[in-house]
Amino acid sequence: MARSHPNWEVVIGLETHAQLSTRSKIFSSASTAFGAAPNSQASVVDLALPGVLPVLNRGAVERAIRFGLAVGAKISPRSVFARKNYFYPDLPKGYQISQYELPVVVGGTVRIQVGDVEKIVQLTRAHLEEDAGKSLHEDFHGMSGIDLNRAGTPLLEIVTEPDMRSAAEAVAYAKALHALVQWIGICDGNMQEGSFRCDANVSVRPMGSDKLGTRCEIKNLNSFRFLEQAIEHEVDRQIELIEGGGTVVQETRLYDPDRDETRAMRSKEDAQDYRYFPDPDLLPLVIADDWIERVRAEMPELPEAKRARLEREHGLAPYDAAALTATREMADWFEATLAALPGQAKLCANWIMGEVSARLNRDEIELAQAPITATALAGLLARVVDGTLSGKMAKEVFDAMWAGEGSADAIIEARGLKQISDSGAIEKIIDDVLAANPKSVEEFRAGKDKAFNALVGQVMKASKGKANPQQVNDLLRAKLG
Amino acid sequence: MSELAQSSVAELGRLLAAKQVSAVELAELFLARIDAHRDLNAFLDVRPEATLAQARDADRRRAQGETGALLGVPMAHKDIFVTREWASTASSKMLEGYMSPFDATVVEQLRTAGMVCLGKLNCDEFAMGSSNENSAYGPVLNPWDKGAVPGGSSGGSSAAVAARIAPVATATDTGGSIREPAAFTGITGTKPTYGRPSRWGMIAFASSLDTAGLMTHSAEDAALVLSSMLGFDPKDSTSVDRPAEDCARDLAKPVKGLRIGVPKEFFGAGLSPDVEQAVRAALDVYRGLGAEIREISLPNAALGIPVYYVVAPAECSSNLSRFDGVRYGHRAKHHGDLADMIKRSRAEGLGPEPKRRILIGAYVLSHGYYDAYYLKAQQVRRLIADEFQRAFTECDVIAGPVTTTVAFGFGEKAADPVSMYLADLYTVPGSLAGIPSMSIPCGFGDKGRPVGLQLMANYFDEARMLGAAHQYQLATDWHKRVPAGF
Repeated sequence: MARSHPNWEVVIGLETHAQLSTRSKIFSSASTAFGAAPNSQASVVDLALPGVLPVLNRGAVERAIRFGLAVGAKISPRSVFARKNYFYPDLPKGYQISQYELPVVVGGTVRIQVGDVEKIVQLTRAHLEEDAGKSLHEDFHGMSGIDLNRAGTPLLEIVTEPDMRSAAEAVAYAKALHALVQWIGICDGNMQEGSFRCDANVSVRPMGSDKLGTRCEIKNLNSFRFLEQAIEHEVDRQIELIEGGGTVVQETRLYDPDRDETRAMRSKEDAQDYRYFPDPDLLPLVIADDWIERVRAEMPELPEAKRARLEREHGLAPYDAAALTATREMADWFEATLAALPGQAKLCANWIMGEVSARLNRDEIELAQAPITATALAGLLARVVDGTLSGKMAKEVFDAMWAGEGSADAIIEARGLKQISDSGAIEKIIDDVLAANPKSVEEFRAGKDKAFNALVGQVMKASKGKANPQQVNDLLRAKLG
Repeated sequence: MSELAQSSVAELGRLLAAKQVSAVELAELFLARIDAHRDLNAFLDVRPEATLAQARDADRRRAQGETGALLGVPMAHKDIFVTREWASTASSKMLEGYMSPFDATVVEQLRTAGMVCLGKLNCDEFAMGSSNENSAYGPVLNPWDKGAVPGGSSGGSSAAVAARIAPVATATDTGGSIREPAAFTGITGTKPTYGRPSRWGMIAFASSLDTAGLMTHSAEDAALVLSSMLGFDPKDSTSVDRPAEDCARDLAKPVKGLRIGVPKEFFGAGLSPDVEQAVRAALDVYRGLGAEIREISLPNAALGIPVYYVVAPAECSSNLSRFDGVRYGHRAKHHGDLADMIKRSRAEGLGPEPKRRILIGAYVLSHGYYDAYYLKAQQVRRLIADEFQRAFTECDVIAGPVTTTVAFGFGEKAADPVSMYLADLYTVPGSLAGIPSMSIPCGFGDKGRPVGLQLMANYFDEARMLGAAHQYQLATDWHKRVPAGF
């Protein structure tokens, strides 16, 4: 658990690598699909064979533009790919193609919410680069295995200003960013497969100081939980160190989730000189206004705009609107349901956030895998609206639909679940029940309200649950005078 | 048959078309000559079966009605171009025996045109050098004088064409690696505009300068073959998006009225008198043909050498990083951890000149030095390119010497890298600007060694440059001289 440090201010900046969802790599035509046999998706370019040259994947650029537009950043009309030179066995060319002085996206903001407090995180930049391969040091008896399937996978590295003041804020930012990149369709967000991973720059300073402390960078945090734990641990470590008379050394640290600790990887002194220079194999990336406008025209409505619109146009409560716009799938699902059942926003929202979400959780699946469609749900809810089904009956039908038994109407028909709303029929049942339960009638007349509920229960039971509960209530009360 | 070996590409094409000779016969003839002149050490890899299979294929294509001026004509590739059928080593121990899974675009283009590959030609290791003494597989001898270097880095290409053991050869030019060896061996060496021939499949030395080109008997042959080598390649991002063109279209155009600019800076103190005399005589030939000779000035051209020896090593230090012994190429037999494996593999696999340039390059790119060296060099490079643009408002082509001296002897400069670097004095400015330039033979200097005349033209003006060269070759016969014994 996080310790409290009232005398210290925590300062955090995040660098996030989002793998862009292009089908082929950023500089070659090899596939980016995850999980293939080692080195089966490494082309001659990815292997850096003699004589090969990179050709930029415009789909990666388009996704960078989409991101820039989504965060209100400046899209650079001219950006430059640079070589970052270092030797490592899983870096085939001996350099990584990245962007250095002139990145494709400059500035931008991400809005986060921690508890009731809203906050704006400023972005410094976002740049395009290629991923390296993977070194496998186990399983090879004193040797290392190299898998270059990931080499050349397109990444967007998104860098924030040191704007976050707690692990909770950092996590809120990471979650907001994670939702956003998926919302705009540039990254699948799969953290287990490494599609979205964070490096955290963490420093502390005495409360009230305006000078930044020495920072440490914690690398490759691939879950929100690890991000939070690693930062909290690192904050504790730095404060303990300083309070014990020591100083923080600028270094790169690795978080070990098994032991819940960070440990030094390399210090600033052994930091490599990457000898950046513009890649002479690639021309500067020029993005004309019409390209930006084309991308803008294809942008989906962004979460914040959609949330505001759901509140404004459909009268949803802020909490509901926020929950329904947590992911693009959820929002699309909601709108598809509503389109089939106009004017019933609240009912649709309750069902999606209630029954649908509960079953998704139970079955551990995503909306895309749900056994029912948005229109099918609307079909069910229409029967609630027109009084065919009571709420309780609707849940029964919903369960059957989830089990794949067909449409709401088909299930209602097959199970004979039609609600009885004919007052004559209900009155007849009530008369029978009253005749059979004189004791309850007497108790009610003596002032026992509970007896009324018992009578309602008897009527519902006699109707096999099909009687319209509201009508039962009204008619019963009228009869008992 | 030896007369056939003296034939130009154009002549061989005509003989093949007239069915007076077959592609297989030509391949056999040149393979025999290559074998007879092994002492030149021009070829690194010869595989007669692969050559003859290509020749048979060319004959079959012709029998099926295909025509084409190059169909069945033999040629050879500098070992900087990767090939599927011959080893691709860049003359380095690092890539000894390396077989590429694909052909370079230039290799593919000439194969499509029906040319028959005789094998791979020696050069300076990774195209770094001016004498071919830097090859891991031994130096190439100059056919004119076996005590002299054939120039570099395309020394195998120049020697093979000069000795008529290949009628034409590909070559690459980064700072003069086509023009200098062409001058040293009395042949025609052509470097087109940077970005026109594809670099896909060329083992990179300095990416912003590397340009594929040709060694030929004549400008006419260069025009003929070059026409098949230009054109946009989507696999090379620096490839110029322009259609291929007929580089021979201006061959017949007289040079009367052609404005030839002669940079006064190219005739300074370093130029030896024998070279100057031959070059000035060549200018007189042009004057006699009605061309207008104008003195021009390229004041920053002299900065070309320092600029080049910052930019080229910087790019090379990065380009050669892929040779780490991990995926292919030389791997040290004995090594410690992974980092040690990479270090030892490179220490063993790379020769002294690539190592020297990697060190220079790593230095000029290092933190704190980048602005002073690399950035400054790029700024001066721009000045030099701009200077050429101004010059081309006053003239149509530029002419001058290719080298300060005729071919030097083995070992004469090897101990002094800087004097070797200065061999590129007149060729480097054109490389930095990326303009087309060439060397044509214009006489002989000291010890009877050949002298070259350099011609340069503006971007994409290869046809005009080749036309001017061809008109000179119609008026002279230097390009027809063949060294004794070949």
